Amino acid sequence: MKCPLPGAPITSGHMFKNKRLHLLFFLSLLCFSFGAFSPSSPALAGELENSITDLGNKSRTEIKKATRALGTLGNVAALPALEALRDGQLRVDESGRVVILGTTNTQAQDAITGDTLSVEDLSLRKPRINNSVRRVLALAIAKLKLNAGDADIRLAAAEELLNRSSDSVLDLVRHALTKEKDSRVVEKLTLVLAKAQLQGDDLEERLQAIETIRNFGDSSFRPDLEGLLQSETAAVKAAAIKAITSIDQRQFFINQIANLFYGLSLGSILLLAALGLAITFGLMGVINMAHGEMLMIGAYSTFVVQNLFKEYLPGLFDYYLVAAIPTAFLVSAIVGIILERSVIRHLYGRPLETLLATWGISLVLIQSVRLIFGAQNVELANPSYLSGGVAVFHGVVLPYSRIAVIFFVIFVVISVWTLLQKTSLGLQVRSVTQNRGMASCMGIATRKVDMWTFGLGSGVAGLGGLALSQVGNVGPELGQMYIVDSFMVVVLGGVGKIAGTVAGALGIGVTSKFLEPVAGAVLGKIIVLVLIIIVIQKRPQGLFALKGRVADN
Amino acid sequence: MLKQISQLHSLRGWIATLSLLGIAIVVIPSLNIFLPQESFFHVPDYIVSLFGKYLCYAMVALAVDLIWGYTGILSLGHGVFFSIGGYAMGMYLMRSIGKEGVYKSDLPDFMVFLDWKELPWYWYGFDNFSFTLLVILILPGLFAFIFGFFAFRSRIKGVYFAIITQAMTFALMLLFFRNNTGFGGNNGLTDFKRILGYSLHEPSTKMGLYVITATLLFLSYVLCRYVVKSKLGRVLTAIRDAESRVMFSGYNTLHYKLFVWTLSACLCGIAGALYVPQVGIINPSEMQPSNSIEMAIWVAVGGRASLGGAFLGAGVVNGAKSWFTVAAPDYWLYFLGSLFIVVTLYFPKGLIGIFTRFSPAEKTKEISR
Repeated sequence: MKCPLPGAPITSGHMFKNKRLHLLFFLSLLCFSFGAFSPSSPALAGELENSITDLGNKSRTEIKKATRALGTLGNVAALPALEALRDGQLRVDESGRVVILGTTNTQAQDAITGDTLSVEDLSLRKPRINNSVRRVLALAIAKLKLNAGDADIRLAAAEELLNRSSDSVLDLVRHALTKEKDSRVVEKLTLVLAKAQLQGDDLEERLQAIETIRNFGDSSFRPDLEGLLQSETAAVKAAAIKAITSIDQRQFFINQIANLFYGLSLGSILLLAALGLAITFGLMGVINMAHGEMLMIGAYSTFVVQNLFKEYLPGLFDYYLVAAIPTAFLVSAIVGIILERSVIRHLYGRPLETLLATWGISLVLIQSVRLIFGAQNVELANPSYLSGGVAVFHGVVLPYSRIAVIFFVIFVVISVWTLLQKTSLGLQVRSVTQNRGMASCMGIATRKVDMWTFGLGSGVAGLGGLALSQVGNVGPELGQMYIVDSFMVVVLGGVGKIAGTVAGALGIGVTSKFLEPVAGAVLGKIIVLVLIIIVIQKRPQGLFALKGRVADN
Repeated sequence: MLKQISQLHSLRGWIATLSLLGIAIVVIPSLNIFLPQESFFHVPDYIVSLFGKYLCYAMVALAVDLIWGYTGILSLGHGVFFSIGGYAMGMYLMRSIGKEGVYKSDLPDFMVFLDWKELPWYWYGFDNFSFTLLVILILPGLFAFIFGFFAFRSRIKGVYFAIITQAMTFALMLLFFRNNTGFGGNNGLTDFKRILGYSLHEPSTKMGLYVITATLLFLSYVLCRYVVKSKLGRVLTAIRDAESRVMFSGYNTLHYKLFVWTLSACLCGIAGALYVPQVGIINPSEMQPSNSIEMAIWVAVGGRASLGGAFLGAGVVNGAKSWFTVAAPDYWLYFLGSLFIVVTLYFPKGLIGIFTRFSPAEKTKEISR
């Protein structure tokens, strides 16, 4: 750790390994803190010291009192001691001197002067605290943090206050608001203020507070507003009802957005799973039941790459996904090509038999993976840049991994589209899809095209497995869970056109996610299946059928 | 009528069929009942119930052969019809437990467990055996008829049809897995006590069920043989080989396909109803897509478009399954998977094709094609 800069996060006492650092830190706090009260005033400084000393008191009531006093005082200097008390690192020696234990537990610092002491010379007692003290502590710490230099810490403190709102903070928050410049913190603090004012006496202030909450529109305030419905004042009651309606509408809207997002996310995964299937089915008229296992192989390739990175390149661990992309593609593609060469090629023109043979292949692949990796799910870690998520609204967090998957799918679809539309292999694939006999007459080596296309389709499925590994479980039955759904996508979207697969996948994904909250997951799935069967009634060749005079079979 | 039936087989064929029936319903029961246990030829009780199970599978294989082998429609959803029949029988068996369940209630145990106060409406009537029989005969067929009508009307065929039926069985499996659906959820229906007053734990009841199954299997075989030998059967084979030409010749293929599809589902439902009292449990895993696909592989292994092949396939695959799952459970899926691959690649006519390949009559047929 280098010299803590003014903006560096303030965490707990153990950061101060030696005295110099501590002093530097202390100075920086003095210079940059937004502290309302300067510790240079001797009387108040005395109060600070007394209160810190009282933190080591034997009586919990005294500790609470001291904590409250420190909170009201608003001096950041007390923060290390308070946090140490919360984390169980605060000790008291026989003379009543309060010290903070270092991380190693061999050294300690005087909570007031900051002198480094050796623990061995002292006989230390740990102040006892309970949940009631912890609550008071959290509030006091949050209050103090409002004066911190780092906007993120202030934000977290404001969040903390919002959850533990009490009247005692009002003045403090008002005061902090006058100085606050960071808009996020201002928003939070305004809410803290509004929440506290809801129960106040001033009618004007209460209405104003309801208005503030209504504009913010977060459903976590619903209980507070519902409490106001019992209010005698008609104006407050009316405003509360209005605010609740507004919040509910907003919540409904947010839910729809979340459904849409998760639907797109599900749809994009289905799309990756179904894309290869649609290409090979369109080209060769065979359904590859082992296609789901290509997903599984892609996911397990990612798993192996991850483990190799963990073992040999731990420093570059975050980049294992980048290395896994070509690996997953190639491994699945090679397995696919082997399948095509060894089995599927011999079954040309017998689609139903192919279906059974590839089912057999899938059984063999599943059992092999089970024997190699075990029947349990394997653990895949998200790289650091894909963990966490972005909060678009309060309470709706869109995970980065899912967002990344959506972009990844867009990238893959564009690549496949380019490959099919702009390259000579693509031209050959399209011609074989439209009319195999004629393409063959024109000198296209249809069997070679079959092989490469099968490799491409399997490779895309492998990429699907990679994407899945970031958002779901990876186990031997991974492919089985997606195979029925990806067939549905192909049946719905029709074959031979990427647009059909995209429409089918996103349609099924979004529809199921919108049905799920209404009908439940299982019934939602059944409704989707029934809807597909109805659509097939109207468009037997799928939504996007190839135009042309193609006789049946 | 009798004459028509007698013409279904040559004399040699009838002798073979009837002697098989004789072995199934006379010889095996006698070996079980009359021989002392220490005798080498004694057939133990568990073998009898195992055979009973295989006979049910053979009936399913007949049904699948009818629709796939003869008509060329691959169904990956026959597990549904099997389960409907099975659940109907299971509901009767549940009701005949009476108050002897764990909770001593008139309701089935799982309903008490879910805190249901009364029987759902769709459980009414299952106290009555003849009502249950009616449901077993009608419901799978009715369901298949409705499903088939919509599917065949819009000319869904080939792999599309296979996939749609697979989706159907998958959806129903999910539905039956729910506790709220009212069929025991995950655990299904089990802990049966008696059928028509006979205890299901008695060897004699098991033997009775086995004999009934064998007899019904024989009757269904005769029925299937009658169908495929009739003019109707010829149209079905024609639909398999060139549906468009059949349509252009003025046949409405929808009716033919619908008929054979419904008949196949009915047979499957009966097989399911016979299966449940012998095995003692029915649960949604019977509707797993993999189960229905396995049914197709019985027929593929035995030989499509051959009713004898269907029997053979069901027996061989399930015999191998029983052996593998005890002797080498890790390798059963390898065996099954390789069976799928090898049979489709090298034995398109199945095991029965190996035998007929050497028969002179078949050889001349081969040449004349």
